[in-house]
Amino acid sequence: MFAYTTPLIGGLLIGLSAVALLLFLGRIAGISGIVWGAVSGQPDNAWRWLFVVGLLAGPLLYHTVAAVPHPTASALPWWQAVLGGLLVGFGTKLGSGCTSGHGVCGIGRLSPRSLVATITFMATGIGTVYIIRHILGGV
Amino acid sequence: MKGLTALLCGILFGIGLAVSGMTDTAKVLGFLDLFGSWVPDLVFVMGGAVCVTLVAFRFIMKRDRSLLGELMSLPSNTAIDGRLLAGAAIFGIGWGVYGYCPGPAISALGYLETNTAIFVVAMLVGMALANRVGRA
Repeated sequence: MFAYTTPLIGGLLIGLSAVALLLFLGRIAGISGIVWGAVSGQPDNAWRWLFVVGLLAGPLLYHTVAAVPHPTASALPWWQAVLGGLLVGFGTKLGSGCTSGHGVCGIGRLSPRSLVATITFMATGIGTVYIIRHILGGV
Repeated sequence: MKGLTALLCGILFGIGLAVSGMTDTAKVLGFLDLFGSWVPDLVFVMGGAVCVTLVAFRFIMKRDRSLLGELMSLPSNTAIDGRLLAGAAIFGIGWGVYGYCPGPAISALGYLETNTAIFVVAMLVGMALANRVGRA
């Protein structure tokens, strides 16, 4: 299959999910916000937990039904998972959003704030991979 | 009804992440490797998703209430300030360090890899730390 087909189909499904959540629940599909809301015990929380359960179940359903193997496990060491996770959590909470909230939904709302955030995290993400792979010689 | 809808939206979002390749850290890091062996595929994930939201949100945002009668809960903060820039910058660095943003990290938990669980726990700790900084 054309290499861009599955990313495009996946992207469209993500967009549809964000549209359905806003249309039916009046909520923005920002994953970092939903996850933080769930674990920090916001009032009226059941929908957040159910969304998170769905987020976890969706890929298992897809890989099973479509008989597509799981992606190869990351070869990166555990400490890189710790460092990456800490920074992702800290940054998304401080900046009030991630790829979904600022990227998919914020740009969809034509929010300048979200556009600036998206450009910023794309730039530092690209810069970080550049430094790790091409200056430090990592993978 | 609200819970069931949220569950279905989560499943759809999760399938989208898995289909697109976002739950594969090697692909994500290849996509971020713009000045190396760049793999451009994932441009189409954000591109495809934004095409849908750009069109549909225009109509939905005019509503006073959602189809299930909930108040529309849209972000009211429009400030482009240091907090936003620092947060987004730090998030991007973390994304580049391991290859997961929050959605794919949660979605990949089902693959039962230890490092993914470690990443998610660290992510929650990071959020809690930022929450403390925010209050100070």
